[in-house]
Amino acid sequence: MTQAGDLRAAPIWAELARISDPEIPAISLVDLGVIGSVSVREGLARIELLPTFIGCPAVEVMRQRIEERVGALELVDAVDVAVTFRPPWTSERITPAGRERLRLSGFAPPPVGPAIPEAASGLDELAVLPIAECPYCGSRNTALENSFGPTLCRAIYHCADCRQPFEQMKRV
Amino acid sequence: MTGPQADGTGQVVRELDVAARDALAELLLSVADDEFVIGSWDSEWTGIAPMLEEDVATSSIAQDEIGHARAIYELLATLTGDDADRIAYGREADAYRHAALLNHRRGDWAFSVARRWLYETADAVRLAALATSTWEPLAVLAGKMRREETYHRMHADAWLSRLAGGDHDVRQRLAEALGRLWPDAQQVFAPLGGEETLMRAGILPQRMSALHAEWLGIVRPVLEPIVGALPDAAPSPDGRATRTDDFGWLHGELTMVGAADREALW
Repeated sequence: MTQAGDLRAAPIWAELARISDPEIPAISLVDLGVIGSVSVREGLARIELLPTFIGCPAVEVMRQRIEERVGALELVDAVDVAVTFRPPWTSERITPAGRERLRLSGFAPPPVGPAIPEAASGLDELAVLPIAECPYCGSRNTALENSFGPTLCRAIYHCADCRQPFEQMKRV
Repeated sequence: MTGPQADGTGQVVRELDVAARDALAELLLSVADDEFVIGSWDSEWTGIAPMLEEDVATSSIAQDEIGHARAIYELLATLTGDDADRIAYGREADAYRHAALLNHRRGDWAFSVARRWLYETADAVRLAALATSTWEPLAVLAGKMRREETYHRMHADAWLSRLAGGDHDVRQRLAEALGRLWPDAQQVFAPLGGEETLMRAGILPQRMSALHAEWLGIVRPVLEPIVGALPDAAPSPDGRATRTDDFGWLHGELTMVGAADREALW
């Protein structure tokens, strides 16, 4: 991130930190780690957006929100949002504050540790998506129900203690 | 469609000569069409998969694959000055370049599991190679795709072993599907017209024949305990050129909206 490197971009970062993720409104785009870089030059703000998953349908909503909200800032005349996979978004990009916000809104944050290996074969689901801590009661007595969920980036678990289904953001 | 833009593509494109650009376009189209067509077949299960969890999983995988296709069509469009929507939906059925493996309709669940496993294993070998391509926009995208495909591989592995360990009828259906699809599965590695050019430029880091041999080494030891000895089958130069009535039907479904409204966006 160029957050510290470009003081003129600071108001843009601040605004991006107030834009919610379209699918999990409790977390901002900055805490989700999908903002790759921000620069501003002669009124043109350039923002790199890193999709969580390549086919994520929320990307276009994020782009529109960024264009509207950043475009409304006084120092900005035009906004250029570039979607890129360099660097790839990984679940490690979620900030500590973002992980806490996920938990507070009923989502287990992704497992910590390195992103899943790119050379993948013979992997065990539970090695990639280990037992998640229930975001409601904190129990570890939970089970992976489905490594695919209602959005591309989420898996479904069940808590045997509070009997509550919950979702975990996947490790990628 | 306003999708991912490959920054730096323009500069790289200028550095490619016409032959390399045409060969790269052929490669991109083959991968994108594979992802587009398998994602489209799998989305046929949405709402009617054997159980609710599987409905969610298959639909999610299908959405991933179509997302991958879109990203590659976008790359191709920047390369050729075309439009990704037109590439996806504006072609006649015989202009698609997916492998023969993807010509069949979804069949029963065992058939879909067999095809997905054959495809995912082949795709994993291909993506590992493309992630080291000298054409950086492709290498970057392939690297990102591999992270997502890991989940597809795990899912396909789980279903293959589940059906292989099922009762007699289940095992028989699985074995029949694998046997029937086996010759067409080789065609994921069909030689490309521009392969020599791609190899010289490092855009394709390994020959299709080498990737095919690597894949055979992975899948034979898994499949032969299920189906018995598998015949030798080779990728064919026309392995991506033949279309079927099944695909003609799918193509009609996919292009229905676009044919009715030329300005429609996906």
